[in-house]
Amino acid sequence: MAKLIKLDDKGVEFLDKIMELSGETITLCDQCGTCSGGCPFIAEMDVNPSQIMRQVMIGQKNIMESKTMWICASCFTCTVRCPRELDVSKVAEALRQVKLREAIDFIDIEKISEEEARILPSIAIVGAFRKFTG
Amino acid sequence: MKLPYFPGCTLKTTATNLEIPALEVAKRLGIEMIELDRWNCCGVVSYLVSDDLMKHLAPVRNFLRVQEMNAKGIVENENRLVTLCSMCYNTLSLSNKRMQKNPDDLQKINDFMHREETKYDGSVEVVHLLPIIRELGWEAVRKQVKKPLKNIKVASYYGCMLLRPKDVGIDDAEDPQILEELVSALGGETIDWDSGSRCCGSYHTVNNKDIVVNLSKGIIDDARKNGADVIITSCPLCAFNLDSRQKDIMEKYPEFESMPVVFFSQLMGAAFDIEKEKLGWEANYISPELLF
Repeated sequence: MAKLIKLDDKGVEFLDKIMELSGETITLCDQCGTCSGGCPFIAEMDVNPSQIMRQVMIGQKNIMESKTMWICASCFTCTVRCPRELDVSKVAEALRQVKLREAIDFIDIEKISEEEARILPSIAIVGAFRKFTG
Repeated sequence: MKLPYFPGCTLKTTATNLEIPALEVAKRLGIEMIELDRWNCCGVVSYLVSDDLMKHLAPVRNFLRVQEMNAKGIVENENRLVTLCSMCYNTLSLSNKRMQKNPDDLQKINDFMHREETKYDGSVEVVHLLPIIRELGWEAVRKQVKKPLKNIKVASYYGCMLLRPKDVGIDDAEDPQILEELVSALGGETIDWDSGSRCCGSYHTVNNKDIVVNLSKGIIDDARKNGADVIITSCPLCAFNLDSRQKDIMEKYPEFESMPVVFFSQLMGAAFDIEKEKLGWEANYISPELLF
């Protein structure tokens, strides 16, 4: 027998917010797993990209505690492979933005050693701070 | 051919070995790359969410400089903006596409830049040097080769930013050939491998070095397994992760065998036999000098 999953108001609000920020119709995801299958970062993630899509779809805000969205480096491998033409990297960016807009940064400049600061190219530092700070 | 050129921050600091040989080989192919006046950082990574247009201001402002170069007659009717760095190419392209597709966004950005003398009209086309060379034809490259790359097997590493997303990719996202075609025109051999467009870990190199160590090791090991002597790239961040991070890979995996990683422009420069001081080998962490 089919089982109906009914989202509460907070769940709907979360789903709408992520869909608006990402510009992606997350509810179109078929859960085929192609994004997870090709993700070069999968070994580092605690929740697979396709599971992230599902959790957002059913309004599970606790997915914000997963480290997956911070591990995603927008390499766009999933973007070019999704059979539904959904851009999972935009969804990850939207999730990061929700946290960053609460003024919670994911990088601490104090933790970069002097030795590292000397050798890191500007492209790495600017890139990391643009992605990890609000 | 005179083209407006956007160098980006890293080409002026840690990746001079990408820029200097590139300008020289381009010159030999009849391409004069003229640096934009007052260019600013593109922002490195593209901003992917739908709101907060402010993050697109930095990339878009550079396009005004292209229009100004045309207005001043420095270039003639040239709407192409050429780049060398894969990340600059990607970020500038994505912001440009957004402006071209969304007139309202463009209007807002122009309103914000009201103190500029020009308004961006959406006419610029962001290009990478590699497709410009492909358009000239590989025969033109072959004619400039003075020292063909004999007995060197090259792993073409595209990374992410030259290929994805599809609407900014310079070649097929799953089966790119442009670097292989270039190496072949230079008289070299390429390897067939699976890691050519696999991410190196990107900016994680700043606060999660282990991710980069693991991914870069996987890429270099795969290149070696398939018989490569050297890896080529056009991305200064990939170059740092694949080349300089070999120090960290060796610390974690003592059995690891190092491999030189060079920019495509250095490989071209070596085959064109440009002046040694313009090749910039000393800026590579693992010295490629013995190969060439």
